[in-house]
Amino acid sequence: MFSRTLRHVVLLLLAAVVLFPFIWMVLTSLKPPEEIYVDHIRWLPDRMYWIENYTRAFTKAPLAQYLLNGVIVTVSIFLLQVFVNLPAAYALSKLRWKGREFVFGLVLACLLIPPHAVAIPVFLLLHQLGLLNSYASLILPWTISVFGIFLMRQFFMTVPDDLVDAARMDGISEFGIVWRVMLPVAYPALTAFGIFSLVAHWNDYFWPLIAVNEQALFTPPLGVVHFRNDDAGTDFGALMAAATVVITPLLVAFVFLQRRFVQGITMTGMK
Amino acid sequence: MKTLDPIAVKQITKVNWAPFYLLGPAALLMAMFLLGPLLAVLGLSFTDYQLGAKSLNWIGFENFIELYHDKNFWRSLRNTALYSVVVVPTSVLLGLGVALLIEAQKSFKDFYRTIFFLPVMATLIAMAISWQFILHPSFGFLNLLLKEFGLQGHNWLRTEGLALWVLAAIGIWNQFGFNMVLFLAGLVSIPRHLYDAAAMDGASTALERFRLVTWPLLGPVTLFVVVITAIRSFQVFDTVAILTKGGPSKSTEVLLYTMYAEGFEFFKSGYASAVTIVFLVIVLALTLIKTRYLEKRVHYV
Amino acid sequence: MSSIVIQKISKSFGVTSVLKDLSLTIKDGEFVSLLGPSGCGKSTLLRLIAGLDVAEQGSIVVGQHDVTRLPPKARDLAMVFQSYALYPHLSVYDNIAVPLRMRRLNAWQRLPGVRLFSRVQQKIEREIRQDILEVAATLGIQALLPRKPAQLSGGQRQRVALGRAMVRKPEAFLMDEPLSNLDAKLRVHMRSELSQLHRTLGATFLYVTHDQAEALTMSDRIAVMMEGAILQYDTPDEIYRNPSDLRVAEFVGSPRINMLQGWVCEGRLEVSETARKQLENSYLDLSVEAPHGLGVVVAFRSEQCSLVSAGQSALQGVVTHLENLGSETLVHVRTKQAKDPIIVRIAAQAPRVQLGSLVGVSLAMLPLVFSEHGPRLSAKTGWQDALQTASALAFEAA
Repeated sequence: MFSRTLRHVVLLLLAAVVLFPFIWMVLTSLKPPEEIYVDHIRWLPDRMYWIENYTRAFTKAPLAQYLLNGVIVTVSIFLLQVFVNLPAAYALSKLRWKGREFVFGLVLACLLIPPHAVAIPVFLLLHQLGLLNSYASLILPWTISVFGIFLMRQFFMTVPDDLVDAARMDGISEFGIVWRVMLPVAYPALTAFGIFSLVAHWNDYFWPLIAVNEQALFTPPLGVVHFRNDDAGTDFGALMAAATVVITPLLVAFVFLQRRFVQGITMTGMK
Repeated sequence: MKTLDPIAVKQITKVNWAPFYLLGPAALLMAMFLLGPLLAVLGLSFTDYQLGAKSLNWIGFENFIELYHDKNFWRSLRNTALYSVVVVPTSVLLGLGVALLIEAQKSFKDFYRTIFFLPVMATLIAMAISWQFILHPSFGFLNLLLKEFGLQGHNWLRTEGLALWVLAAIGIWNQFGFNMVLFLAGLVSIPRHLYDAAAMDGASTALERFRLVTWPLLGPVTLFVVVITAIRSFQVFDTVAILTKGGPSKSTEVLLYTMYAEGFEFFKSGYASAVTIVFLVIVLALTLIKTRYLEKRVHYV
Repeated sequence: MSSIVIQKISKSFGVTSVLKDLSLTIKDGEFVSLLGPSGCGKSTLLRLIAGLDVAEQGSIVVGQHDVTRLPPKARDLAMVFQSYALYPHLSVYDNIAVPLRMRRLNAWQRLPGVRLFSRVQQKIEREIRQDILEVAATLGIQALLPRKPAQLSGGQRQRVALGRAMVRKPEAFLMDEPLSNLDAKLRVHMRSELSQLHRTLGATFLYVTHDQAEALTMSDRIAVMMEGAILQYDTPDEIYRNPSDLRVAEFVGSPRINMLQGWVCEGRLEVSETARKQLENSYLDLSVEAPHGLGVVVAFRSEQCSLVSAGQSALQGVVTHLENLGSETLVHVRTKQAKDPIIVRIAAQAPRVQLGSLVGVSLAMLPLVFSEHGPRLSAKTGWQDALQTASALAFEAA
């Protein structure tokens, strides 16, 4: 009995500390300047200033544009990843051909490469192709996901060979089999991967920092930092509002898709 | 007599083209954005290439020699190591501790798990900005709180001896939830009846049960968690880039930030590639340990 | 419906040769079983006919068309798999619709959503619906159409798999051990259903199985396969009564055929542990057309022998086991002449036999004689010879 209460106490205290940056961020976004720049702790706002703060967040910086960019980039990356990597996973799992083990070995080798390590040459390559500072530069390098290939291949291998044969007897082409037979069966794996991909690229700062320098192309992390570095750097109310807006989509999705989320992000470690 | 479907009747060719067109795009992209660049970064590290230069020269190991003599680089490497040495054990143990506490609960498990996982998936850049405000010397919550207790506040991110540890604290805050989830999965897979056997064998306290059953069986998971935490801490960048920019006085300069600065602020591609090679070797060594573990797991599962 | 003619098919996987120079002709409308133990190559042969694998040599002709180098879709054959291979994410209706949609709609029409706009496609879908309902009625699965495979029992899934094959009205049906995953009672029931289906459709069925009872009860002809070759291709009756090879005799028939070891001595059969004299006037008194010294196996079915008192037969031994099946009893007798106990079938009404009692086994008809290497040998009894000679002489005299 005692230990149970003690556990709760410890967990709740820790939870409070962990949640604090979130709570404080939201609270600050509700406060007027005179309640932010103070020399003692004020918890709740006396005067609700959230309309002004959030409006400024959307007007002084093109926050809506940043969010839109985030959506465009992450969704495009994911869709292209599906289109490129699923057929590859199928070819590596269900088809027999010479050189299959070699190619799979290459895939495994690529899994070892940390993305930061190849940033410089990829940057130079895109520069040569004239693609820097465009949506293409934000999206293209991520369309190949060896992690995605590896993950989907593992799942595809659990699909019974008989089912693939039956599909061939029914007249479905190899390309058709990927979408009509493999995809529906490996659907849970795909959603987990999708969440991992969407979250990882929404949160990415390093690559967009390198790939674009035009404000109109900034993704949410870039946008928020730019906002801070601007004169709005001292406008903490609006800044906190902007930060809140940036993480809200993730939080909302997380609350609803909790299990899939944990699955998806845990897989980054498992790779 | 039935005639055969004319569209379908195309002969089976000697070569099966399916693998080609199914793998084609992926193979091409892999070459362009992974394998090619990997070789390129190795090659570049032996040149003096700078972005915008008309040509590049092969200079052998000069970049590495320069690196060897670069005090900044060693500072950076040392900082990264220090950062990891703090973040890895703390976030692993914290993750383990929280996982044990949660697993012992009967209810509210999901609730706690959600809360502790939030820092992992919330955009670190946005949360770092929130931390920046909390750590503000004049208006930040932390200093105000210390003032309430009559303690001295500090300029957390601008003080040479403190900045790195503050970043480490943020790093721990950001990472331990991830470790917690992995440990939870590991704890759940420990068979219940082992605890019963331990009880029969006389292990009566939680600590004894932990030492006899939990810790040994979590061994592989723990190793795994340690390695991936190490890999992630070596890749620290976001917080440094937006909170300290390597300062004050290079006390928070970390490996990836050095690589970024050399490669994308000074555009010394050759030199930055040399830094990248060092980074790559370290991370590769850690990743290989992790992969070896994963292989073992796959064999036993 | 069509015949299937296979000529000199060879297939290897790597260095292992699975089928070598195999030929087989299946008549239009026939039900032919490929019977054999696991690994004999029967499934490989079926897959080659289906087009799921390609042979290195040989030809496959279905009806009038040489399909050897055609992909599965073009061969117009339907296959029923052991695991049924139903698409788990589709309803029964959609599962059966897949082959029809693949053939009647082009790639554009098959994209999701197009159905809403295309008048032509809606017409085709109506036709498809007709065909599906027809097949569902034949198999009695109309109620199952909206359900998913996971919600069906094994037997129901079986029928859906059959429906998917039938709906295309293919040239022939290929079946790969479709009943093995069903429980025993259902299996027996499905056997008769499949036979009836065959009669109703009048279609050509090629059926792969390792269960000899299935092959015997359902087929018009059976091709017994072992180690990549066809040992015998004949009607069930002939296979059972006149096996051409020892391996066929051993594989077919339940309980297993009884076997005695012997050899040929100057054209006459010698049975181990038995004096020549003891064999006289029994069906073991045989002259065998085979070289002197050749080892032979004498085989006879459990219903072709009977129990007699110990002294009355050269084959005698102790009753070691009794299997009471209700309608009959199988008596296991351990004798000196046979490696395994001889099994004798006796009727339910026959007098009870005691475990451990000493009995004799007497043959009621001519047994089969095989060379120890396999092939069937020709054998006649000495006194049959004499009888024939006597009747011939009598005839002449008359």
